[in-house]
Amino acid sequence: MSVMPAVSGVSGVSGARGGVPGVSGASPGLSGASTVSGVSGVSGVSGVSGVSGASEASDEVGEVGDMPAPLAARARLFPALVAVYRAQLSRARVARIPLLFVATFQSIGIMILMRGVVDGGSEARAVVAGSSVLVVAFVALNLLAQYFGQLRASGGLDHYATLPVPPSAVVLGAAAAYASFTVPGTAVTAVMGSALFQLPMTNLWILIAVIPLSGAALAGLGAALGLLAPRQELATLCGQLGMSAALLLGVLPAARMPQVVSYARDLLPSTYGVEALARSFDGQPDWWVVCADLGVCAGVAVVSLAAATWAYRRAAVR
Amino acid sequence: MVCTVRGLVKTYPAARGRRGAPATPAVRASDGIDLDVVRGEVFGLLGPNGAGKSTLVRQLTGLLRPDEGHVRVLGHDLVRHPERAARLLGYLGQDSTALDELTVALAAETTARLRGLETRAARAERDAVIEELGLGEVAGRPLKKLSGGQRRLACVAAALVGERPLLVLDEPTSGMDPVARRAVWAAVDRRRAERGVTVVLVTHNVIEAETVLDRVAVLDRGRVIACDTPAGLKALVADEVRLELVWRTEPPLDVPEVAALWKTVETARAGGGAAGRRWTLRLPPDDARAAIATVTGGPAFAALDDFTLATPSLEDVYIALGGRAEGAEGLVKA
Repeated sequence: MSVMPAVSGVSGVSGARGGVPGVSGASPGLSGASTVSGVSGVSGVSGVSGVSGASEASDEVGEVGDMPAPLAARARLFPALVAVYRAQLSRARVARIPLLFVATFQSIGIMILMRGVVDGGSEARAVVAGSSVLVVAFVALNLLAQYFGQLRASGGLDHYATLPVPPSAVVLGAAAAYASFTVPGTAVTAVMGSALFQLPMTNLWILIAVIPLSGAALAGLGAALGLLAPRQELATLCGQLGMSAALLLGVLPAARMPQVVSYARDLLPSTYGVEALARSFDGQPDWWVVCADLGVCAGVAVVSLAAATWAYRRAAVR
Repeated sequence: MVCTVRGLVKTYPAARGRRGAPATPAVRASDGIDLDVVRGEVFGLLGPNGAGKSTLVRQLTGLLRPDEGHVRVLGHDLVRHPERAARLLGYLGQDSTALDELTVALAAETTARLRGLETRAARAERDAVIEELGLGEVAGRPLKKLSGGQRRLACVAAALVGERPLLVLDEPTSGMDPVARRAVWAAVDRRRAERGVTVVLVTHNVIEAETVLDRVAVLDRGRVIACDTPAGLKALVADEVRLELVWRTEPPLDVPEVAALWKTVETARAGGGAAGRRWTLRLPPDDARAAIATVTGGPAFAALDDFTLATPSLEDVYIALGGRAEGAEGLVKA
């Protein structure tokens, strides 16, 4: 029992220094005493009541306790984002590739179906562009909404919430990864579609801008839906509905839509990606209009990612 | 003082009944909790399912905002600044969804990166913790493909990377085999010895609680019903021992001494009683000795299959303190 004041004295001193060296210097003594009985003695002494013999030591501990301990460093935005991105991308190998095939085949199937209805012209461009962006909607909107919905429902968000990461790093990292998953599928769909409808492929490089921008906009929307939905099933439902909207409003030629539906089409962020891609199939595309479409995509992306970050904060601390 | 909790109250609102889900009344999951955790100790929270252990640790880690009360961790007010918790403590929750699809190595490395470590340091910590916990063989496999105990161990690895002065672990060893358990406790002990790390631990397992905890708070229905060292708690019921008798077939109630014991069993308060051929009695040591003499000698012995005499465990303490008898079964998981 005589060891006890000395032990709690040691912990007091090291706490005052606020550094680890003090502790490790004293560790041989401590580890010697860290059998159950020895340490339980320590806790008995410096407990609330404070035994008279050790009151000095426990006072010291109390004082040190009042001085806030230094906080560990935060993870900075960019490295954290990269870490989340890398981790999410590694998931692709196990979990995402089959779904990516589904997304691509779905879009190719739709194009083959529309081949019988549409024969060239602006409608063909709309079908190919819509089907390509549909892959982005499937993965970035639908799957990301499901992922965050599941993470929130199961309590998996606690893992991120107890790490010193900026919320935007988690949301942006996941969104960027999901947008990346869409690249091969979207490219394959666009090339297949161009071949199928005999459209020029010279300007397909525009996908370099279309995929990240519409991907970011849809991923932000998907993440926000997943994080805001009160139940996991609702998150899945919202993701599915969003994708259905992207399918119907993106693939079907806009000219034939009723007025109300075309308003809904204007509200959907994927529409502007579809428009930009469709315009680039022209022989002489009006690049200003294409840029304006992509600008809308970028603007929506900023807003939806900000909304997703806000939703993440809200979901993480309940 | 590493962690001070005063007057913590958290009530979960009543839920309306839906189809398939009956309405649940409001639950006071934390009901005026006071706690003090001292530097360098392993402090346990023990209690049956639904006692409010996880709710309490979620408030300690800034994940849940209490309705009332204060939580101070290392001098920081976590009710006012819940975001500081992530920079003060490492937390192991019950769920592994966030890591499930990553490999063990990547889960540890990513967590280290997100705890603010540089790439090189994160990789070094990853390798060290994988080595320390004996996860080398499964390091390249996704958590989802591992057995429950190994997956839990991988989550412990993720919780341990990046130095933190306080570790909050919610049932760290559930589902683990003895080797993995030992690795976890060795890792925790090393951090405590070398860096003075404090550990707050939720556990279900009374036997484990007795061996690894320095102090333990017993929770029941959102209240701390006792808080002391395991030995101190057991001293509360030191005047009784637990006697278990297992009969081969029907108990020989025609033997008068056995009939007398049966009366004790029948009238036993919570924690004693009969379950088929198994009787559990809590008796003063002298009475227990006499009872054993009765059943091991004479005609009763022929009917006796097995008997055990044990000094009180934390489970007995829990029952003696008036914890729910039906909840006591959930107390020992292992």
